[in-house]
Amino acid sequence: MNAPETSFATAPTASYDSAADGYNFAYLDEQTKRMLRRALLKAVAVPGYQVPFASREMPLPFGWGTGGIQVTAAIIGKQDTLKVIDQGSDETTNAVNIRRFFARTTGVPTTRRTVDATIIQTRHRIPEAPLTEKQILVYQVPMPEPLFRLEPRVAECKKLHALADYGLISVKLYEDIVHHGSIATTYDYPVIVNHRYLASPSPIPKFDNPKMHMNPALQLFGAGRERRIHAIPPYTPVRSLDFDDHPFEVQKWQHACALCGSTESFLDEMIVDDAGKRMFVCSDSDYCHERRGDADLDLPSREARKGEPA
Amino acid sequence: MYVAVKGGERAIEASWRLLDKARRGDTRLAELSVAQIREQLRLAVARVMTEGSVYDEELAALAIKQAAGDLVEAIFLLRAYRTTLPRFGYTQPIDTEAMQTERRISATFKDVPGGQLLGATYDYTQRLLDFALLAESDAAAGAAPPPSSRAATVETEAMPRVVSLLDKEGLIEQERPTPNAAEPGDLTREPLAFPASRATRLQNLARGDEGFLLAMGYATQRGYANSHPFAGEIRFGTIAVEMELDELGETVEIGDIDITECQMINQFAGSGEVPPTFTQGYGLAFGHSERKAMAMALVDRALRAEELGETLASPTQDIEFMLSHSDNVEASGFVQHLKLPHYVDFQSELELVRRLRAKHAMQSEDQPSGQQEQAA
Repeated sequence: MNAPETSFATAPTASYDSAADGYNFAYLDEQTKRMLRRALLKAVAVPGYQVPFASREMPLPFGWGTGGIQVTAAIIGKQDTLKVIDQGSDETTNAVNIRRFFARTTGVPTTRRTVDATIIQTRHRIPEAPLTEKQILVYQVPMPEPLFRLEPRVAECKKLHALADYGLISVKLYEDIVHHGSIATTYDYPVIVNHRYLASPSPIPKFDNPKMHMNPALQLFGAGRERRIHAIPPYTPVRSLDFDDHPFEVQKWQHACALCGSTESFLDEMIVDDAGKRMFVCSDSDYCHERRGDADLDLPSREARKGEPA
Repeated sequence: MYVAVKGGERAIEASWRLLDKARRGDTRLAELSVAQIREQLRLAVARVMTEGSVYDEELAALAIKQAAGDLVEAIFLLRAYRTTLPRFGYTQPIDTEAMQTERRISATFKDVPGGQLLGATYDYTQRLLDFALLAESDAAAGAAPPPSSRAATVETEAMPRVVSLLDKEGLIEQERPTPNAAEPGDLTREPLAFPASRATRLQNLARGDEGFLLAMGYATQRGYANSHPFAGEIRFGTIAVEMELDELGETVEIGDIDITECQMINQFAGSGEVPPTFTQGYGLAFGHSERKAMAMALVDRALRAEELGETLASPTQDIEFMLSHSDNVEASGFVQHLKLPHYVDFQSELELVRRLRAKHAMQSEDQPSGQQEQAA
């Protein structure tokens, strides 16, 4: 759906022409995809508003990306190229599993290169490389409700959103400052989308929050278990909550990536030996490889894994 | 190690192979057949069908085999298959009074029209391990199998429901179809929203986890939302399912299903407008699933608290709490998703805690006297 489908005439029959016999293209039946697309259209029309949808049971467990998978299944077409990342990496088991699921049920090409992908499904990160208008970023969302820790009742939260009554969250951030001297939210940091709806960016680090603002790519958020979809259309203002005297700021590292030397990316910390030696490496594996000019995405060399003292 | 996040693809394939092997167990022993599971583990099959919300004994048995007996996993397998099935339409409501009953008991009256029928039950077995079952030889194995392993069903007259007997005195509220009422929603086709109608609640509870309903229903018996339950009637048997076919313009029988139904009779103090009366809680499950049906009936009644103007004092009366957490496929998935990598979130928290600790240490150095005063 993202990349234009050129052969409309063959579309109905072509949908059964997939790698997994007996299942429809991208697993979901066309009625379900239509239901999802209606929800997606509504979500795009009202940026940041959580649209309820009739989430289906998927062949992967709830909580493991079923919302993102349903959104991807509803938008993917034969011309698309899919990239799947978890924690920024294409190689984590869950990312591998979801990528294989779509390779199997759609037959579309998959990639690890951010620039080559038309759809990027992600859990917990936004790629470091800037996205383009031709790309859609699909987030897997565990808890779409930004207020759930303060008010677990869905019915109550709906009222607060309707009234744009977001005092609760401001008080929470204020209490953080009183207790700790700064805002103690580091991931899933709440944002206001298009000056109206308070939204959860899913558990991405707050480091990634600024990338959501005025992003040229369409950002879609799917929460399967909680049955809600929300969206940030391209070039939409997204503001991370803060106070005038405590402005929003992102994490900084005192280290550079041990592999590519980047000082601008989000770094994962690894403990490399029993003595507790640390090593810091880019969480975005494609970004790191691109910077090193690696063609074959190999394991890091032995020297690179030596690490530094704890 | 960095290596740990690499090679996921090969690791997953290797894991599949190991899982297959672990499921099969010792190959010197005969493989368990789906037909054996279906016939000999019928109660497991019933639970998987009920919570998987598909009436298909063979597929449920297959799911149990594939899941190596993990029923929640089997339920998940069946649900994931169910989503892909097209809908042909909805059947006519079943009339449980017309059930071919194999078991029917009432705890409210010593005798009732149609009689008490004990049937096959574990209720009055003395729970002594039957070591005779250890011996594998089956005396009847050579003999020609009976057409059905079930005890022959007595063809009975339709048994009126026990609660309808109370109706004659107007002692109990009656569940009657509202004329021209809207069709009940379909929980598997519309997102769960609150407030939820009773029809939606019952759909949710029918699919809900037996263990969860059991615990929450049990809590109401211990004073967390007491609803004075009596087992008005529990019946298990076979019932025909009918569907109206548009092409034929008539209703035809499309098959028989086994179901367990429970009607709880509960007390209600009444109000200014309504005299004291009995109320009902309702439970229904596929196959022989008495524990599930009874627990469901207790929870259903507790969830009617608001409608009946009762004080909300317990989680079992809280519709949103109960319906949001009853589904074991959802619950199991989200609890176990904690196995997935959370490196990025954890890294973010690590950075924060280090920063806060550094600040804390600096502050304690700055004001040692202040700290002591507070301590004193």
